[in-house]
Amino acid sequence: MNLSDDLYQEIILDHSRHPRRYGCPLDHTHCAEGKNPLCGDEYQVYLTLDDEGVVRDASFEGSGCAISKASTSLMLEQLIGKHHEEVRALFVTFHDMVTNPEADHDATALGKLAAFSGIWKFPSRVKCAILCWHAVRNALDGHTTASTE
Amino acid sequence: MTPPPDNPLLDLRDRFPCLDQTVHGKPLTYLDTAATALKPTCVIESLAHHYRLVSANIHRGVHTLSERATADFERARTTVQTHLNAAHSHEIIFTSGTTDSINLVAQSYGQLAIGAGDEILITEMEHHSNIVPWQLLRERSGAVLRVAPMLDNGDLDRDAFRAALNARTRLVAVTAVSNALGTVNPVAELTREAHAAGAVVLVDAAQALPLQAMDVQALDCDFLAFSGHKVFGPTGIGVLYGKNDLLKAMPPVKGGGDMILSVTFDQTTYNELPHIFEAGTAHIAGAIGLGRALEFVNAVGYPAIEAHESALLDHALTALQAIDGVRLVGTPAQRKGIVSFLVDAIHPHDLGTILDGEGVAIRAGHHCAQPVMAHYGVAATARASFSIYNTRDDVDRLVAAIRAAQEIFA
Ligand SMILES: Cc1ncc(COP(=O)(O)O)c(C=O)c1O
Repeated sequence: MNLSDDLYQEIILDHSRHPRRYGCPLDHTHCAEGKNPLCGDEYQVYLTLDDEGVVRDASFEGSGCAISKASTSLMLEQLIGKHHEEVRALFVTFHDMVTNPEADHDATALGKLAAFSGIWKFPSRVKCAILCWHAVRNALDGHTTASTE
Repeated sequence: MTPPPDNPLLDLRDRFPCLDQTVHGKPLTYLDTAATALKPTCVIESLAHHYRLVSANIHRGVHTLSERATADFERARTTVQTHLNAAHSHEIIFTSGTTDSINLVAQSYGQLAIGAGDEILITEMEHHSNIVPWQLLRERSGAVLRVAPMLDNGDLDRDAFRAALNARTRLVAVTAVSNALGTVNPVAELTREAHAAGAVVLVDAAQALPLQAMDVQALDCDFLAFSGHKVFGPTGIGVLYGKNDLLKAMPPVKGGGDMILSVTFDQTTYNELPHIFEAGTAHIAGAIGLGRALEFVNAVGYPAIEAHESALLDHALTALQAIDGVRLVGTPAQRKGIVSFLVDAIHPHDLGTILDGEGVAIRAGHHCAQPVMAHYGVAATARASFSIYNTRDDVDRLVAAIRAAQEIFA
């Protein structure tokens, strides 16, 4: 097996070719930019939370490498229906998984995101996988304009 | 009889111990010399020799080891002088690298000769280190920074360059070889034109010096900067060449030990050239290693280096263009050892990671030349660069790895 097979698994390639939840929604309650000037990766993520703080809609647009795009696509799919506190907790779990090979991560919580479990072997690519997680957290923290059009 | 090796410099590969390893189980194919060159054993040993047997500081001891270190350090300066064909050894100033050299000129010559409304002319294909120091100078002085554009093939737009020169142009800073595209600029002609307008010229030779002779008197440039690490020498050492008359008039920009003759709290007398620009303990081993690296380059010889690099480049250009879905970024008329390219539907960073899995080291990114990326409307490219230790096999491995990446992304 080749080293990069570990990274470029079918599910990741699939989500990079055909990103889910792609596009700019008509409405959103939170949004933030995920930008890596070093790579030129640039995304916008949009979230709509209901009054209880549950994510009802999530989408993104922008461009970047396969890893950042697939990670964003897979992430947003999982966020739907989660309370923002659960989203934050999932970020911690995901962050742990992609940076710490020893981490005993909760596979059920991560679901399809477990596809990124081998990425710690590619330190320069970890930032690609967590780029839009940071954007989501920033959006939840209100670090960029929350807009309701 | 054994067939002639595909690389006339083949036995040179043995001089580069770093090549003798596998990466992810594959033989290392190092195609990132434009970022930094691998080091020959002689350079590595000159560093070890200095630390093992000499180690002492320079210019400040009467003991034997200090005198030995001083002699070795100053011999390295003479080696650089000869290499660049500079008229005087004190025109060679050791810096930490190209970036440091350019900043020295921007600060010191900027302070001396560039004021509000004066113009600095650079080109669109400069490395960030030949852009940002001039922007800082612009902020300090109120000078105007002009940029001569490139043509779409990556050549400098000569007409626009000429048109940008005028009576207010004080300084022209131009790279001899573009690190992003490989474009070779006609530095001697540009210098002539700049001089005719009354401007001084700084040549960024970071990418050029590993591949071609740079004779500062023949070029007639006023300043020339390069880095040790790109020319098979150590990191953390570089050179600024400056013409005697200019350097003599320029104020020091860093104060400290070695750059002074005497210090009292009322009055400090500065040292002479080149020491006035070398405050503090220098990277002594680095300078000695750089001297050794240039001796190595001379032993190989620029004619052999140029012949090898141009044959390899031709092979690479042909091989890359033969791959469906590969697009060259920049097709300059004169090019040296560097190729930027894109592969359809594969982001350069993904390509870089997959190639690395095949043992092939390339650079993926903006190459510290974001204006060049902007010119082509891309955020990043993949870049392969070639040196004396590369072979046609390396190019073939690059091609095979690109095809492997295309299969993954198919
Ligand atoms: C053309 C050019 N100029 C300047 C530099 C900066 O060199 P250094 O980082 O060694 O100071 C580089 C290196 O990347 C370069 O390629």
